[in-house]
Amino acid sequence: MSQNLNQTEALKQALSNRSRPKKASPLSTCATFSGRMLLKIKYVPEQLFDVTAFPVIYLLMFTYLFGGAIAGSTSAYLQFVLPGILVLTVVMITMYTGIELNNDIKKGIFDRFRTLPIWNPSVLVGALIVDVVRYLMASTIMLILGYLLGFRADGGILGIILGLAILLFFSFSISWIWTTLSLIMRSEKSLMAASMMILFPTTFVSNVFVAPETMPNWLAAFVKVNPISLLVDAVRGFMEGTPDYHALLWVCVVSVLLIAIFGPLTMFLYKRK
Amino acid sequence: MSNSKEELAIETVGLVKHFGENRAVDGVDLSVKKGTIYGVLGPNGAGKTTTIRMLTTLLKADAGKAKVLGFDVSKDADQVRQRISLTGQFASLDEDLSGMENMVMIGRLLGFTRKEAKQRGQELLTAFDLQDAAKRQVKNYSGGMRRRLDIAASIIVSPEILFLDEPTTGLDPRSRNQVWDIIRLLVDAGTTVLLTTQYLDEADQLADRIAVIDHGKVIAEGTSSELKASVGSGKLHVRVLDPEARDDAAQILKGALEVDVQLGSDPLVITAQVSDHKHVARALTDLASANITITDFSLGQPSLDEVFLTLTGKPVEDQVKEAEGNV
Ligand SMILES: Nc1ncnc2c1ncn2[C@@H]1O[C@H](COP(=O)(O)OP(=O)(O)O)[C@@H](O)[C@H]1O
Ligand SMILES: [Mg+2]
Repeated sequence: MSQNLNQTEALKQALSNRSRPKKASPLSTCATFSGRMLLKIKYVPEQLFDVTAFPVIYLLMFTYLFGGAIAGSTSAYLQFVLPGILVLTVVMITMYTGIELNNDIKKGIFDRFRTLPIWNPSVLVGALIVDVVRYLMASTIMLILGYLLGFRADGGILGIILGLAILLFFSFSISWIWTTLSLIMRSEKSLMAASMMILFPTTFVSNVFVAPETMPNWLAAFVKVNPISLLVDAVRGFMEGTPDYHALLWVCVVSVLLIAIFGPLTMFLYKRK
Repeated sequence: MSNSKEELAIETVGLVKHFGENRAVDGVDLSVKKGTIYGVLGPNGAGKTTTIRMLTTLLKADAGKAKVLGFDVSKDADQVRQRISLTGQFASLDEDLSGMENMVMIGRLLGFTRKEAKQRGQELLTAFDLQDAAKRQVKNYSGGMRRRLDIAASIIVSPEILFLDEPTTGLDPRSRNQVWDIIRLLVDAGTTVLLTTQYLDEADQLADRIAVIDHGKVIAEGTSSELKASVGSGKLHVRVLDPEARDDAAQILKGALEVDVQLGSDPLVITAQVSDHKHVARALTDLASANITITDFSLGQPSLDEVFLTLTGKPVEDQVKEAEGNV
């Protein structure tokens, strides 16, 4: 009985506290949502499987599978192919952003987020920032393994950092396509299928594995305008110490366009859902 | 007139929402006074959740107007969001995080610093008897704990209006009582509460006014006693001292009340649905003049179950089954 009375007192006390803080800034809400994703990783570290295993598997597989046939030796091929595989791996991993959101958004907590007086996009921006950290992890693992296998970047540390910067920026932009799709597609399966349909042709029909000069003209024409090829050129340029500003410019233009189109589209769908 | 308008926390006129052919909410008018508990009572599929989602800015109405604290829910959504909180039908919590992590996250989103959010979280978790579970992931909480955490999360910053969508569905009686106590204390502290429920006794116990909704329409509105009165005067319950005298008593009651009477399975009890209060006094006099001794004579108000039956022509249970059959 006294237990109950105490409880009632505590309740009254808690309810009488009607302090009302200032509205949270967009920066702070983004940070809070990033924190939420980090907590999820804390509880389920296996979530990092894709960013740790994929780089290792992809690098070993493509280097040793194609190396001999395409470039005559694996070490020569590694020097050529690593920036490309790096791009391929990270761009592939961005797909998981959409799948995560597709699962997450079905949960009741999103009703609460939507009724809070906050800058709405921060839910997604916060999550994407953590994803960029995941992409960075994948890249770091691949670069370390590449170094062990004999890859050397002529562009030095600065070249690597600039290469990573443009790669992560593009990956952040392309993630908005997946967030849009994840709000349209009802099931994880259909979302996977749609993402694959976009990713497979654009990543493989590019200059990741072979130079376009070796392809028939019609294919080379596509490969040359494929944004993934341009991204590979930009990353390769920085890492080899011969920056390709033309490719860089186009990658930036495409990235900004992707955000400008798919960012608002995502938000529109998010609000309507 | 303008004065009474200011006291309205929620006002809707002709609110409509359809999903395809299905008119989930079909012209709902509500007015909820500040500082009261308003109950929206209806069976599964009646349109309760859809109504709440429109009022809490989650869903755009197809027609009609809705004002919350004087702000239009579609034009001034942000103003509305700053003043309300929603505890949805299904827990609006992050199941993967612990109770405390949920509280801190939501506190931060509302503008508290990390330290303040922790303090407030601690205070509320203690008040809601959840301090021992603070570090456990919410997915391991029981239904009652989840509900309490959900409500706690909704009042981190005390809202002017709290929307509770079926706050006690699926809870055991003890948890249910806890939630009721919390709701009553919240209203004492100055919050307006709109709650939906499928339970007639819940609306009866908590709500100052009740709207009964069915198939997206408000079919009755008023205080619980008004609703009961609209159905009839209630049930007369008579207990005689001598079982031998019951048949005579039944005849007398039948004559005096001008309605059929029922003989209960208890050999001493007679009940009758009364149409007019005036007849009751006559029945009592007639029994006395026939020298029949009675030990109990009471006129009970009808239950909300009977109200629902009268209003819809179907008992609640049937409606629930029907709605489930439609799924
Ligand atoms: N998102 C939706 N899409 C299609 N139909 C819906 C949707 N939400 C609710 N409905 C339908 O609208 C009606 C009212 O549902 P709801 O408001 O959830 O009722 P209640 O909360 O009273 O049980 C039901 O027939 C339900 O099937
Ligand atoms: Mg509902």
